[in-house]
Amino acid sequence: MSADTTSSAAIGPVEGAVYDVDNPAPYIEAPRKRTGKTPKATRGNFEMAAWLFMRLSGVVLVVLVLGHLLIQLFLDGGVSKIGFAFVAGRWASPFWQVWDLLMLWLAMLHGANGLRTVINDYAERANTRLWLKGLLYTATVFTILLGTLVIFTFDPNIR
Amino acid sequence: MPAGTLYRGREGMWSWVAHRVTGVLIFFFLFVHVLDTALVRVSPEAYDEVVATYKTPIVALLEYGLVAAILFHALNGLRVIAVDFWSKGPRYQKQMLWTVVGIWVVLMAGSLYPVLGHAARELFGS
Repeated sequence: MSADTTSSAAIGPVEGAVYDVDNPAPYIEAPRKRTGKTPKATRGNFEMAAWLFMRLSGVVLVVLVLGHLLIQLFLDGGVSKIGFAFVAGRWASPFWQVWDLLMLWLAMLHGANGLRTVINDYAERANTRLWLKGLLYTATVFTILLGTLVIFTFDPNIR
Repeated sequence: MPAGTLYRGREGMWSWVAHRVTGVLIFFFLFVHVLDTALVRVSPEAYDEVVATYKTPIVALLEYGLVAAILFHALNGLRVIAVDFWSKGPRYQKQMLWTVVGIWVVLMAGSLYPVLGHAARELFGS
């Protein structure tokens, strides 16, 4: 390797000639610096909060979801035992109601934020992103509310 | 296309791809799962009828796939947290990925009988 690349000769004549002490280069803002011109939508810390939420909810979900899988698919005959009576037996306990409610909310929000990231990454047109995210948020709110309603209004003597 | 410029990544990129794919699949299942569970508010018969499809051999295979996706996403998610928050995480990310894959293989082997046993008995007799 040539020693030239580390010497001052690496600075080309153009850079050296145009700007000096009397003729300084124009000041360029740091890429992420927030100024008065920064759009309002990018001033908050929403993305960092979302990033942190993915990790915190992820840890809790590992326990909630793996416990749920163990009970539903592995113990006592696996999926064969599941039926209305089994659900009624479990939701008779506030512990499992809270477990399922927490799992519903965290999993839906974790998944919705994940899919939001995927949409932002792959949908290149602004309009496509708008519609896909509108659909995502609608489906997410609907599913969270439906699941919450089902847990709170469950009636073992429905018939 | 110029040769040798297409980024194909290594363990880091492929685990990221697998994390995305499994995450999206799990999320779509979650929608279906909340809807089928909501049938307990319709009638016990409606719920039991739909849950019966979950007990067929073909769907049992899908459940094994669901377990595979969830276990990978959970284990690799813990690895991502370690990479982000543990000072030595980035240095050991490859070793942690192969640890994840190793634990995943063991758990998937252990899940064969509990998840697919009933389907095997139905298909091949008890």
